[in-house]
Amino acid sequence: MSRLQATFKRLQREGRKALIPYATAGYPYADITPALMHVLVEAGADVIELGVPFSDPSADGPTIQAASERALQQGVGMPQVLEQVRQFRQSDTTTPVVLMGYANPIERYDQIRQPGAFAADAAAAGVDGVLVVDYPPEVAGDLSAQLRQHGIDLIFLLAQTSTERRIRQVAERASGYVYCVSIKGVTGAKTLDIDQVKATLARIRQHVRIPVGVGFGIRDAHTARQIAQVADAVVIGSWLIESLEGKPAADALAAASDLIRSVRRQLELDVPEQTSSPKAKNAKP
Amino acid sequence: MKTESIYNQPDADGFFGRYGGSFISETLAQAVEELQQAYLFYRDDPHFVVGFQEELADYVGRPSPVYFARRLSEQTGGARIFLKREDLNHTGAHKINNVIGQAMLAQRMGKRRIIAETGAGQHGVATATICARYGLECVIYMGSEDIRRQSPNVQRMELLGATVVPVESGSRTLKDAMNDAIRDWVTNVDDTFYLIGSVAGMHPYPTMVRDFQTVIGKECLLQMPALFKRLGMAKEHPDVVVACVGGGSNAIGIFHPYIEHEAVRLVGVEAAGLGLETGQHAASIQRGSAGVLHGSRSLVLQDDHGQVQHTHSISAGLDYPGVGPEHAWLHEIGRVEYVGATDDEALHAFHLLSRVEGIIPALEASHAVAHAVKLAATLPKEQVILVNLSGRGDKDMDTVMAQTGRDKR
Ligand SMILES: Cc1ncc(COP(=O)(O)O)c(C=O)c1O
Repeated sequence: MSRLQATFKRLQREGRKALIPYATAGYPYADITPALMHVLVEAGADVIELGVPFSDPSADGPTIQAASERALQQGVGMPQVLEQVRQFRQSDTTTPVVLMGYANPIERYDQIRQPGAFAADAAAAGVDGVLVVDYPPEVAGDLSAQLRQHGIDLIFLLAQTSTERRIRQVAERASGYVYCVSIKGVTGAKTLDIDQVKATLARIRQHVRIPVGVGFGIRDAHTARQIAQVADAVVIGSWLIESLEGKPAADALAAASDLIRSVRRQLELDVPEQTSSPKAKNAKP
Repeated sequence: MKTESIYNQPDADGFFGRYGGSFISETLAQAVEELQQAYLFYRDDPHFVVGFQEELADYVGRPSPVYFARRLSEQTGGARIFLKREDLNHTGAHKINNVIGQAMLAQRMGKRRIIAETGAGQHGVATATICARYGLECVIYMGSEDIRRQSPNVQRMELLGATVVPVESGSRTLKDAMNDAIRDWVTNVDDTFYLIGSVAGMHPYPTMVRDFQTVIGKECLLQMPALFKRLGMAKEHPDVVVACVGGGSNAIGIFHPYIEHEAVRLVGVEAAGLGLETGQHAASIQRGSAGVLHGSRSLVLQDDHGQVQHTHSISAGLDYPGVGPEHAWLHEIGRVEYVGATDDEALHAFHLLSRVEGIIPALEASHAVAHAVKLAATLPKEQVILVNLSGRGDKDMDTVMAQTGRDKR
């Protein structure tokens, strides 16, 4: 069983929803990422999405754009991201890691090395899933096959504008989980409408049988809880990144920990009584 | 038609060989599909086609003339140079041809809000103009670096009623303006039409923009034989067609109808900036590699990590790290040659054409003129080079004067 499958199985057994923080790799400091990932897990993260910096992140709002630019200035590209995952894996062998980014850094990785190099190296580093923002299912065939060979899931996005035909297309190909974009807009926008999200989730679940996470635009613990009540996973991105901005490393780590802890606490309010406590390493006082 | 049987690109998914396609986030998929369908429908709709032609005639002033640049040709001592005068179009460049086509499509799709990116400001001005003409809301994204370089065009856009939004991300030029326009589109997808200014972007833009711009080459196919006859030359087609290549819309517009005429040499001129060997240029075809940018796969200037590189050109309209996918394909199959002209060569051509023909060319078009002059000197007098003079140079006065001042010092 893959780490992603195992994680979602465990959560389902416990009656919990997955909490998935998104962090841009190499932000705010080039070498902070492995430590940040451990802190996020300690604070209650179930899966980590790691943003791969790209020069032209056209699906991202100002926060993730700026984080991406900052990381690039510090020389963080795909090889560095894979190295960060490898370091994280040295002491965490259970928490799934999903890379989220754009097609070009992945295609270039193979172009410079050889076809299939990215999938192989990502697997070797300990990556569990890959989400390519600008690969709709129609063009994802080659990468999907390469990743599958190495046991990595290709995660797809769906949106409220997705037609039934497109939802079916994703349902046929998706593994791991499906990422539902909660708003019309870019990451970090502030217009999430919970009823709209519910309606979209219902349409998605008519065809998609694997877990569905919701992200883009979740910027407070209360909204996160509302989303968790209807989805299988909640993704927190821009809000988390904003909490790191301008802070020295130690303070940034503390801020990330506080934020994810506050969300976890909200999500725990809906966990059935009989459930055992969260996994041991989360159970800090 | 012969053209279609020989050269039939792209395929149904918008691929020109391995280039093109639609690399977009799911949040845009529905809007792009809707656009693809609308375009496929209206491109064959006689009312739409006739309406487009009428607008080009009455509002733009088409057909634009082809002019024999006799004194310029004499100076080179070689081949004769003809200019396709897109600089005489309303708003001063070829950009308006495409803008009218897309704005008509937007109206038929019921979209009342138009957004666009602009580099030199020519596409922004053309878009603001047509939005005024059709009563549509208009928002133009423009890199703050370009706003500085092309301030007269910013004033024109605002005069025409458009909102100009400065873009402060990345390199603050055309590519970043395009990113911001895409972000706007995702956010306002219900009522907004994204009017792209070149043959770049996701399918169907490279095809649609090309189709609207081929009016340039189609006119030439008719004009050149008549002109040759008048000048007593036994010819039907030019020997060489030269155009500058930024995103590639004016070039594809004049090349496309000539692709099937295999004896006609087609030459695209990229911005070689300070020189191809300096790294300070915008020659995506000559120095780029396959990559995915702004929704399509094409040739892109990028580093080893797949990060898109900053470009340099004296002309804002050529300062783009990618190029339309059809050019990448035409390069790959060898039908079009791609060369470079440096900033200095373009500036020289700018002054030369102004002095000997009384035509002040846009700095973009000056790149094509520069190469044509160089090439003409190597060819016999009987040969003819047709240059797409894509725009006029009024907008570039500040840049040129600043540069000339610097050279004098
Ligand atoms: C006069 C002129 N020529 C050429 C270009 C370059 O665009 P394209 O390569 O799409 O023709 C521009 C762009 O702004 C322009 O203003």
